[in-house]
Amino acid sequence: MIEYNAGKYDVAVIGAGHAGIEAALASARLGCNTAIFTINMDAVGNCPCNPSIGGTAKGHLVREVDALGGEMGKTADECFLQMRMLNRGKGPAVHSLRAQIDRRKYADTMKKKLELQDNLHLRQAEIVDIIQSENGWTLKTRMNALYKVKAVIIATGTYLGGRIFVGEVSYESGPDGIFPATFLGEKLKELGLPVRRFKTGTPARVLRRSIDFSQLEVQKGDEPPVPFSYDTEDLGENKVDCHISWTNEKTKEIILENIHRSPLYGGKIEGVGPRYCPSLEDKIVRFKDKPRHQLFIEPCGLDTEEMYLQGMSSSLPEEVQLKFYRTIKGLENAVIMRPAYAIEYDCIDPLALNATLEFKDFPNLYGAGQFNGSSGYEEAAAQGLIAGINAALKVKGKEPLILDRASSYIGTLIDDLVTKGANEPYRMMTSRSEYRLILRQDNADIRLTPIGHEIGLITEDRWNRFLEKQKLKKQEYNRVMKTVIAPTEQVNKILKDNGTSEITTGTRLIELLKRPQLNYECLKEADTDRPSLDPNIFEQVEIEIKYEGYINKQLKQVEQMRKLENKKLPPDTDYKSIMGLRLEAREKLDKIKPVSIGQASRISGVSPADVSVLLIWLARNK
Amino acid sequence: MKSSAIAAISTAQGEGGIGVIRISGDDAIQIADKVFKCAGNKKLSDLEGYRASFGYVEKDGEKIDEAVALVFKAPHSYTGEDVVEISCHGGLFITKKVLRTVLEAGATPAQAGEFTKRAFLNEKIDLAEAESVMDIIKAKSESAARAALVTKDGALSKKINEIKDDLINKAAHLSAWADYPEEDIPEVTEESLQISLNNAEKKLTYLLSTYDIGQTVKEGIDTVIAGRPNVGKSTLMNLLTGSEKSIVTEIPGTTRDIIEETVALGNVILRLSDTAGIRETDNTVEKIGVERAKKRLLNCGLVLAVFDSSSPLNNDDKELIETIENVPAVAVINKSDLQRNIDCDYIESKIKHTVYISASNGEGLKNLIDVIEEIAGTSSFNPSEGILSNERQRDAVNSALNSVKEAKEALNYGMTFDAVTVSLEDAISSLLELTGEKASDEIVDKVFHNFCVGK
Repeated sequence: MIEYNAGKYDVAVIGAGHAGIEAALASARLGCNTAIFTINMDAVGNCPCNPSIGGTAKGHLVREVDALGGEMGKTADECFLQMRMLNRGKGPAVHSLRAQIDRRKYADTMKKKLELQDNLHLRQAEIVDIIQSENGWTLKTRMNALYKVKAVIIATGTYLGGRIFVGEVSYESGPDGIFPATFLGEKLKELGLPVRRFKTGTPARVLRRSIDFSQLEVQKGDEPPVPFSYDTEDLGENKVDCHISWTNEKTKEIILENIHRSPLYGGKIEGVGPRYCPSLEDKIVRFKDKPRHQLFIEPCGLDTEEMYLQGMSSSLPEEVQLKFYRTIKGLENAVIMRPAYAIEYDCIDPLALNATLEFKDFPNLYGAGQFNGSSGYEEAAAQGLIAGINAALKVKGKEPLILDRASSYIGTLIDDLVTKGANEPYRMMTSRSEYRLILRQDNADIRLTPIGHEIGLITEDRWNRFLEKQKLKKQEYNRVMKTVIAPTEQVNKILKDNGTSEITTGTRLIELLKRPQLNYECLKEADTDRPSLDPNIFEQVEIEIKYEGYINKQLKQVEQMRKLENKKLPPDTDYKSIMGLRLEAREKLDKIKPVSIGQASRISGVSPADVSVLLIWLARNK
Repeated sequence: MKSSAIAAISTAQGEGGIGVIRISGDDAIQIADKVFKCAGNKKLSDLEGYRASFGYVEKDGEKIDEAVALVFKAPHSYTGEDVVEISCHGGLFITKKVLRTVLEAGATPAQAGEFTKRAFLNEKIDLAEAESVMDIIKAKSESAARAALVTKDGALSKKINEIKDDLINKAAHLSAWADYPEEDIPEVTEESLQISLNNAEKKLTYLLSTYDIGQTVKEGIDTVIAGRPNVGKSTLMNLLTGSEKSIVTEIPGTTRDIIEETVALGNVILRLSDTAGIRETDNTVEKIGVERAKKRLLNCGLVLAVFDSSSPLNNDDKELIETIENVPAVAVINKSDLQRNIDCDYIESKIKHTVYISASNGEGLKNLIDVIEEIAGTSSFNPSEGILSNERQRDAVNSALNSVKEAKEALNYGMTFDAVTVSLEDAISSLLELTGEKASDEIVDKVFHNFCVGK
């Protein structure tokens, strides 16, 4: 076996999925000479599961990635087929944007962006080994090429040790029939990484012509559609509709009859699957009393007849799949183009990572995405961006970027992973954030663009637009505070029509906007001097006025939290020698090695009394 | 670095003539100013360090106790922070009431060893001292853990869990409904939220109301037997202490030259003490004694005022009646077996509870016990029901209640559910704090348990 030296890079990224792409782009844009390796050049930016980006809490992540200078939001905008703002009416904290996307176009667009990026080389190669060396790492490819790099980011998704299950059939494979990475997993174990198995799954793709849409409920996009990216100016029109159908008693019957043929229930899958993305058989077994389950039929693109059946993931044999899909209204004659499957893969215990996403015990080695125990394209992109930024900052000898829980969903996601670990693939949810009312999708730019700018991922042009927007927002807020609305007949009619009390004297606009029944839109006629502004400015001003009390309350909690976050614990702390800690706390602290008292207090098994002991110990060793 | 104010009783509880409540933290003086009114209308914040001020502790415009406040300015204090020490009249009830007022004004209950911890952090004490504090904390946390274990299956936990589980179910429902808008999760209705919040409010309010009863049951009522000489105070004392063979301790009063006995009557423990009689006198020394006795009557938890039914009311009796008009008291009309010469209507018009007994033969004792239980509120009290047993628990329940009220307010005002959820989750985390669990994961777990969600 003749090895050869193939080159040197500052940063190498293993895997060109959603995590790898953000990592590589960020690193290259920060001036690091970067390589990104993909096992198959046609798998770059692939969406092997649903043809959509965003959704609840995930939409927040996409906005945040964009606000920091990442790529996902822009590409989703460029390739969107249908946009919907979910949860309208449930409050601004849970508004979430979701896009149906053209999955081939998305992948091609991302690939092209990688190809055109300065400082970046996209290469097809399976990395089979990584060897720690004095000044970083050496990567070895299947072709025996050796790359010397300063920092490595592992973003292998479901490829690492991938194994697909369809009923009794199982074989080594990555997603979508692409071959898996079979060597690296063993090497990572040898290196000492805490490798384990997770599983996930995807539903079948069905031929569009074989579906009878005439009986199905239609789901249309928002008019006008709203973009993810703060850079997107003209998004264009919605291009497709989705459809809704339901399973029934017959579906349930077939699944229960064949449940023993599921590899999960037959005990063949050892990996832990996510509770929130269960297969249909899982849902039916766990919720026996539920008579029906909803499914969404979503187009995979404009140039394909493949339709995605959201909600219908399964690992039952192909013939059973066909049988139960055909019990569903509209799918009576469905033709399956790709069967549903479950996939098991290697990932790591994220407790081995710092909040920078660098391994605690392996300097200059980073993990991102599904490899870290998460699930979802958006969660992957968010981690990829942070890992890429931190690898680049490290190579350049700069301070790392750590986003705390109060700054973003990205910070919450990473803190959860590295503090609480993940016993199943981790999915972002709005309920995971305790600071929901300040971490909204509408204000991601205010929260993160200054950080992105400081790091160097925000162009001057965009920065100036951001500053201009903030200026206009401030002016608008002041205008709303000063504007007095006279109690005219017309105004009182508006108030009455919206179910709120009339006014008898001149009332400031801000007071009216505080009323839950009223908003910018319905006060349009009353507010005659309103300037023409970016709708996002109105949105932010209205939310800040309406939710002021709640926002202030959360800001206070943030202040409390940050106090503890600023009390840093040295990484070499020997918790076993600290007097007064309970045994469980000692073990947990020793394993997780929290960076601060704040993080320590979030570890399960560390009690308030333990935190007191740590505080005293910390002060003593100051 | 800012540190929020903590407060605790810093004298040994239940003993001594003076109770000291210590408040420490950046806003200690401001908090003290909210509850302590200086006699000269000055503010504590205007005082220099090491200064004392006489005045009274006030809650909602009502005087609780006369007291002295000592102000220490950072860094010249025990903890190195701004400190106020309020010295009030020792009794456990008064002291606790003052503490509670201070907590409600914005201080949080100090954890075990927290003053010392702060003292150490501010370099006011040295390593050896700090080490011993760590031991204390350790010991305390172990005993707290033991206590937690005991209460885990206890009545209080059951009660808290009942409230908590309902709120968590609601929060999980709200969260599933928000996080999985495309699953067919039943909508969260305003009515169902309203019902849960009302229930929680009712139960938490009730739990809070049991705190005082719980304290009464646990600590006993500071009871004074009063009356002019020879009306039968000692006989009554003997009757009470002898009627039940459950005398717990006998402690000589440390400051008041009175004998205390603790006795369990039915559901209630009385800490009995005898006082000097109240009568008009010109003797200066005796006057001081009388004044002190009067004060004692005003500060105790219950007065058993004994009268002799066989002789008419004299000035001393009337003076006693006037003094105790507004304190919890029972008029015990003794010698009911003898000829009645006393003006009962007068007594009954001034004192709500009147009982006729014969201390010498024990007649009427059952009535007296019933009345005492009624006053103490323990008559309907079921000891197997959960009660709050300390300030920390009370504080947690109180803040849970406040959050529930906030959630209700938001709902009634028409705010979107995400705002309601913020308060709802605050309430849950207060209750979880009480039971020693952690918050956010509970809700997430519940979402998956209760709702069928997925892609």
